[in-house]
Amino acid sequence: MTEQMNGAQALVRSLEAEGVDVLFGYPGGVALPIFDALYDSKQIRSVLPRHEQGAVHMADGYARATGRCGVALVTSGPGASNTITGIANAYMDSIPMVVFTAQVATAVIGTDAFQEIDITGITVPITKHNYLVKDAKELPEIIKEAFHIATTGRPGPVLVDVPVDISKAEIDFDYPEIVNLPGYKPTFRGHGKQVKQAVTLIKEANKPLLYVGGGVIASEGSKELKELAELMQIPVVTTMMGKGSFPEDHHLWIGMPGMHGAKYTNYAITETDLLIAVGVRFDDRVTGKLATFANKAKIIHVDVDPAEIGKNKEADVPIVGDAKNVLAGMVAELRKTGAEPITQGWVALVDRWRKQFPLHYSPEEGALHPQYVVQRVSELTADRETIIATEVGQNQMWACQFYTLRHPRSWISSGGLGTMGFGLPAAIGAQAGRPDALVIDIAGDGSIQMNSQEFATAAINGFPVKVIILNNGYLGMVRQWQELFYGRRYSSSVLPQDCPDFVKLAEAYGCLGLRVTDPSELDAALKKAFDHDGPAIVDCRVVGEECVYPMVAPGASIDEMLGGIPGCPVSEMLDDGTLEEVWE
Amino acid sequence: MMKHTLSVVVENKPGVLTRVTSLFARRGFNIDSLAVGTTEDPTMSRITIVCSAADTPIEQITKQVYKLINVIKVQDLDPIDSVERELVLFKINAAPERRHEIIEIANVFRAKIVDVGRNSVTIEATGATDKIDAMEDLFRAYGIKEMARTGKIALSRGREG
Repeated sequence: MTEQMNGAQALVRSLEAEGVDVLFGYPGGVALPIFDALYDSKQIRSVLPRHEQGAVHMADGYARATGRCGVALVTSGPGASNTITGIANAYMDSIPMVVFTAQVATAVIGTDAFQEIDITGITVPITKHNYLVKDAKELPEIIKEAFHIATTGRPGPVLVDVPVDISKAEIDFDYPEIVNLPGYKPTFRGHGKQVKQAVTLIKEANKPLLYVGGGVIASEGSKELKELAELMQIPVVTTMMGKGSFPEDHHLWIGMPGMHGAKYTNYAITETDLLIAVGVRFDDRVTGKLATFANKAKIIHVDVDPAEIGKNKEADVPIVGDAKNVLAGMVAELRKTGAEPITQGWVALVDRWRKQFPLHYSPEEGALHPQYVVQRVSELTADRETIIATEVGQNQMWACQFYTLRHPRSWISSGGLGTMGFGLPAAIGAQAGRPDALVIDIAGDGSIQMNSQEFATAAINGFPVKVIILNNGYLGMVRQWQELFYGRRYSSSVLPQDCPDFVKLAEAYGCLGLRVTDPSELDAALKKAFDHDGPAIVDCRVVGEECVYPMVAPGASIDEMLGGIPGCPVSEMLDDGTLEEVWE
Repeated sequence: MMKHTLSVVVENKPGVLTRVTSLFARRGFNIDSLAVGTTEDPTMSRITIVCSAADTPIEQITKQVYKLINVIKVQDLDPIDSVERELVLFKINAAPERRHEIIEIANVFRAKIVDVGRNSVTIEATGATDKIDAMEDLFRAYGIKEMARTGKIALSRGREG
């Protein structure tokens, strides 16, 4: 059944057919036909951000919190170019998203027309794929493909550039049932022989370790991960992108690896004899010096993207496939062959490291420490459905270290791109997708100012996000690097703690604003914010010169860590025989 | 560093060449030569790319190219198991008294004289890259006024005869 309508209406109908319930859109000249069509949609709620970057981060946060595809819609020229950071962020973190940009009319493309920009050219390196629609008849097919590409295989952002004459052209609308993409056939099922080979290694390993990341979240593979870990008693480290895929109060969870991982986590990676890497990409922030990363281990690498396997680290058993599917395959094979765990000694050793080298900070009487703030946020929300978003920098690392996550899709943080200003709009997007959850953005005083205009979006649209600002008066992570590596020369990293006055800023937007300067006031303020029915900002005036520890200096091996509980690299500990007894 | 010949079959659509070549630039690979044309199927094009890389990086770039939505097939052609050709046009300085020598060299390489001017000869030759290089080297002695090479095209050999 075809129906006559214009391109803009066809676009909206296509979105409805894809099940889109909310999009984040900022109008402008050539986008008007689409916004006009959107005005009639009963299915799609259009949320107006205050900046196009905000729109894309909202779509991103929505996707991370729900697992569904995020959608953003902007006008041409500056509207399109303002989406770039958001698109790059989603690309680095493999987030499913379709971004629609309006474009000048096809007849004037290439003439430097008003608000013209070559957005498909610009976004080639930061999209999974993109389209410039040149024939209105192709629009439904292109949208079908865009959603298919964004959400399958390794997910990622897809951009569709829609010239204004395409939006206005009359077409016979018929939404296709299937896609025809001869060059796109992502591998879903892991190769049976490879899975068997992996299982053989798992059964024989004395010191296996699961190193899992965003791929487990994207594939919804948490249940299978837990089954595998428990069945064979394998400790689990989750990367920052994989946080929430394994419950952090589980005895087999041993932290986040890498630059600001716990010592016990990095020691475990250094000592493991079998690294089972699932949905991870051996990012430099995780591996430190590649040559010494897990260099005593055989490596099983599972990833849906074949280009990730062997990119940074050679795999002994490469498996291309969906994380959930491969994990389920491993569990089934282990059950079939009746495998028994042999990791008691290893788990005991890791437990001992955990007790010996816990994450810690040195509280001073009456001082408000950022780690304490995060800890209290964690404890006060333990029995609520909570989503934690973060900005980027120290706030993000403390959130990683001191918040206990229990569920997948409860962690929303910019990984690969490290985008300051991501947290607030992402939290808003998450709230749009999960209205019943308590959504908290753990922020810094630097990052929050990068997209603080979105407080208006939260207030006006009734998204009751809570922003906890760890206000230390610095660009904290920059200051930390300057302290450690640049002789405490705080070049361009000092921010006055009282400018802006975040309480007044909150009030200016009609949000609740609270200030905490003393640890004794913290709980009451947090509870008040969490129970408030609208958005709230808690300005926590924390200790200024606190560092995130432990820390692996750039380029160092991950078992050589600065700060934290004094200890030496595992290799040295083993050399002096102190850990021998564990094996006896 | 070894020279590799990648044969990339892509959908014949606008912008696809840019996607492929920009990927090489972005991932830090130099392209030595590049040739594009349609295949037996008019909806598909073949891009033949010669680039220098060690084995591990070439595997990485091959995988990255294959990930592009418009790319149907990528082959890293084995030089022993494939047929490779390049076409070249040389315009060579040739005073009338030296014309004969030049034509003789061209004949040895089974090249064709396609144009003769008062002081120049234009020669067309096809062959594998090393043959073209050898000719170029010989003609340099006479002075090459202009040269155009197509870049290599290649196909894997028919195994089943």
